[in-house]
Amino acid sequence: MKRSLFPISRRWLGTAALALLTAALGGMTAQAATPKDTLVVAFAFDDIITMDPAEAFEISAGEIMGNIYDRLVRFDVSDPSRLYGDVAKAWSVSPDGKTFSFELKPDLKFASGNDLTAEDVVFSLQRAVLLDKTPAFILTQFGFSKANVKDKIKQTGPLTLTIETDKSFAPSFVLNCLTANVAAIVDKKLVLSKEQNGDLGYGWLKTNYAGSGPLKLREWRANEIVALERNDSYYGEKSKLARVIYRHVKEAATQRLLLEKSDIDIARNLTPQDLAAVSANKDIRTTSTPKGTVYYFSLNQKNPTLAKAEVREAFKWLVDYSAIGDTLIKNIGVVHQNFLPVGLLGASTENPYKLDVDKAKALLAKAGVPNGFKVTVDMRTVQPVQGITEAFQQTAKRAGIDVEILPGDGKQTLTKYRARTHDIYIGQWGADYWDPHTNADTFARNPDNADDAKSKPLAWRNSWVIPELTKKADAAVLERDAAKRKLMYEEMQADFRKNSPFVMLYQQIEVAAFRSDVEGLKLGPTSDTTYMFRVSKR
Amino acid sequence: MHGDPSVLRVSKVLGRFLVVILLTYLGLLAVTFFIGRVIPIDPVLAIVGDRAPEHVVIRVREELGLNKPLWEQFAIYVSKILHGDFGTSVLTSNPVMQDIRRTFPATFELATLGIVIGAGFGIPLGVWAAVRRGGIVDQIVRIMGLFGYSIPIFWLGLMALVVFYAHLGWVGGPGRIDVVYEYTLVPVTGLLLLDSARAGQWQAFGNALSHLILPAALLGYFSLAYISRMTRSFMLHELGQEYVVAARAKGLSESRIIWRHALRNAMVPLVTVIALSYGGLLEGSVLTETVFAWPGLGLYLTNSLQNADMNAVLGATIIVGSIFIGLNLLSDLLYTMLDPRTRAMSPAR
Repeated sequence: MKRSLFPISRRWLGTAALALLTAALGGMTAQAATPKDTLVVAFAFDDIITMDPAEAFEISAGEIMGNIYDRLVRFDVSDPSRLYGDVAKAWSVSPDGKTFSFELKPDLKFASGNDLTAEDVVFSLQRAVLLDKTPAFILTQFGFSKANVKDKIKQTGPLTLTIETDKSFAPSFVLNCLTANVAAIVDKKLVLSKEQNGDLGYGWLKTNYAGSGPLKLREWRANEIVALERNDSYYGEKSKLARVIYRHVKEAATQRLLLEKSDIDIARNLTPQDLAAVSANKDIRTTSTPKGTVYYFSLNQKNPTLAKAEVREAFKWLVDYSAIGDTLIKNIGVVHQNFLPVGLLGASTENPYKLDVDKAKALLAKAGVPNGFKVTVDMRTVQPVQGITEAFQQTAKRAGIDVEILPGDGKQTLTKYRARTHDIYIGQWGADYWDPHTNADTFARNPDNADDAKSKPLAWRNSWVIPELTKKADAAVLERDAAKRKLMYEEMQADFRKNSPFVMLYQQIEVAAFRSDVEGLKLGPTSDTTYMFRVSKR
Repeated sequence: MHGDPSVLRVSKVLGRFLVVILLTYLGLLAVTFFIGRVIPIDPVLAIVGDRAPEHVVIRVREELGLNKPLWEQFAIYVSKILHGDFGTSVLTSNPVMQDIRRTFPATFELATLGIVIGAGFGIPLGVWAAVRRGGIVDQIVRIMGLFGYSIPIFWLGLMALVVFYAHLGWVGGPGRIDVVYEYTLVPVTGLLLLDSARAGQWQAFGNALSHLILPAALLGYFSLAYISRMTRSFMLHELGQEYVVAARAKGLSESRIIWRHALRNAMVPLVTVIALSYGGLLEGSVLTETVFAWPGLGLYLTNSLQNADMNAVLGATIIVGSIFIGLNLLSDLLYTMLDPRTRAMSPAR
């Protein structure tokens, strides 16, 4: 009697369980390996908020822009000091150094089929200045404003234009800035046809495409997919791949699984542990490039203890750089104690500091705090930042400094940092464009330390008042002799290493892991120079 | 003029009900809105990023109306919603409702299969455990429940992927569908199973199912753990009732007593349990969605919250709130169907 209690359910349970495991399987199992003409990239791109080059300034968006939009000039990925014409055939600088003349290559076309002429280039640069979104400062630092930009950036012929700056800047500086995404060329006719209420097509271009690059944007679904396709009307060598699909995969372990199963071709956000694990797999290879991003601790000079010169220096002796380099940032960074990342003109590779508790103690005694003090660090809860901060907490304790860690989300700690209410902040800074001024401008310039200052560089955020260094940075950007300019940056870095409230930690190395049938993948030094259109699959 | 008293009563009940719902929504909005504004994240940062010059920051803050008093911002927001405008997400540049139309089907598909698995297995297991109390099934249910409560879903998800996807190759990997099908399948409802079946693309259907099965089974397992435990305790309660003794004395078969009488009574509170579990799944499971790279509502909501993208957060909250209100209504309705006493407006239960 009792056996017949569950005559149905027992059988049902068994079959259902089997069905669950096998129903979708067999012929329905996901086919491994991606199509030959399609590159699938796993990438955490939840930072993308727009596809308009006049506004896009996020790391992931930068990469997309670099692949789908052309600009006047680009820099050589293997030798960033060398510039080459993209749509520009030739360019020259007037003797006074203020007027740059460009001549375009003939017969260029946008993906839409429209002709690409000087009119489009002028429109694109003016549009970026007029819209005045976040990256517009890269152009407006040459003296352009909404009022004068139509006179300063002018079309002089069907394929010629001139750009007039307000000062005679170092020509390399101006040209380097023109390699940035904000100077990308958009299809004037197409963009204006989508204009609403005089927005210069801004509302439309946020999620659409009007470019001429080797790849074109098919679709962007936020936090899901970015699909690019070959642009067959591209002027140069056509992309070997018909499609490049970026899939948003936030979790590194998931990316690794996908790569190992060859459901993706490239994994972009693996952790050092994942990278070590996949290195044993003969079907997976890795490639790496030093990036223009540096990591640092900064000491808020509004805190009277941290403002003492000896205390600032003491902190630089309280980081165990070699231990961090060997473990926490292995494969993803190298110890670097200068504000210019290697690869930029004038970057110094001198790393004088190491862990030296006695030296730090002596400096603290000299500063009048021989028994240490209490201080807080605002930290984002991501690796390797968290590990580094915890290591620093231990080493600082040995000199009597009691470090309290305040963990938070990225935007939360950043909000506090920007309001200058932190003690110590662990941050990172990536070059905005490929010229030393980008980092000098933020680390070594603080023209106005008032709370309502017009510009709020990192020096301002730490309330570091530096009139002398600011003058030097201003002079360096005007120096037209490259050798002299280089020397100026080296001098500034020496001063900065000794006196600044920034404890520079390391320079980031970006690593990508890829299936061995992928060829020609090279990560660029900036986010917008990782060119998928040069990649092919065997 | 006096209307029919029963019509009057019904309209009174209906009116009270509408007021309650309106107040619920308003409360929900107010709480979310003010929490969103007091979290120490500057919403402007999400839009202009860290590098924007100060004048851009100030301009965007004004454009967003963030310089106005909080109550005024709230009033503007509510009045916009009343006009059907949920605003635009700053992260995706899309109207919030369009984003939700895109992310919700992903979650809906996952949650529905999850709850089918959870209830489909959970109820029989719970019944079995109650009937054979202390037996082997009871022990298994207890252990499963314990695991369900104590194992982090994040870890279990990764392990399941390692075993069933990476090693055995039985199921599709993270994501909703293979890239091959990404552009051959035309989204109509956003539910991939439905879309592919409608189009007769059975390969795509199988592929979508192979991607769906693992995260759904995982979510199903977690709701199974809860549902089976609750079923067990409701059933134990019912089996101890006098009507069961009476039925046994009448000579009814054991299976008839269990399934037709005891379970039927246990179903009444169980419906609420299932409805709330389903609601919880529909809200989107952030961790599951992260591990399985599943572009659902949970991920959307969390990401928006971390960036103080308030339009998106509020829009998603309204949807989640509506789901719970709807499911509560549904379970109330089922109550009256399952329990004759509530139909007679008796105060019992």
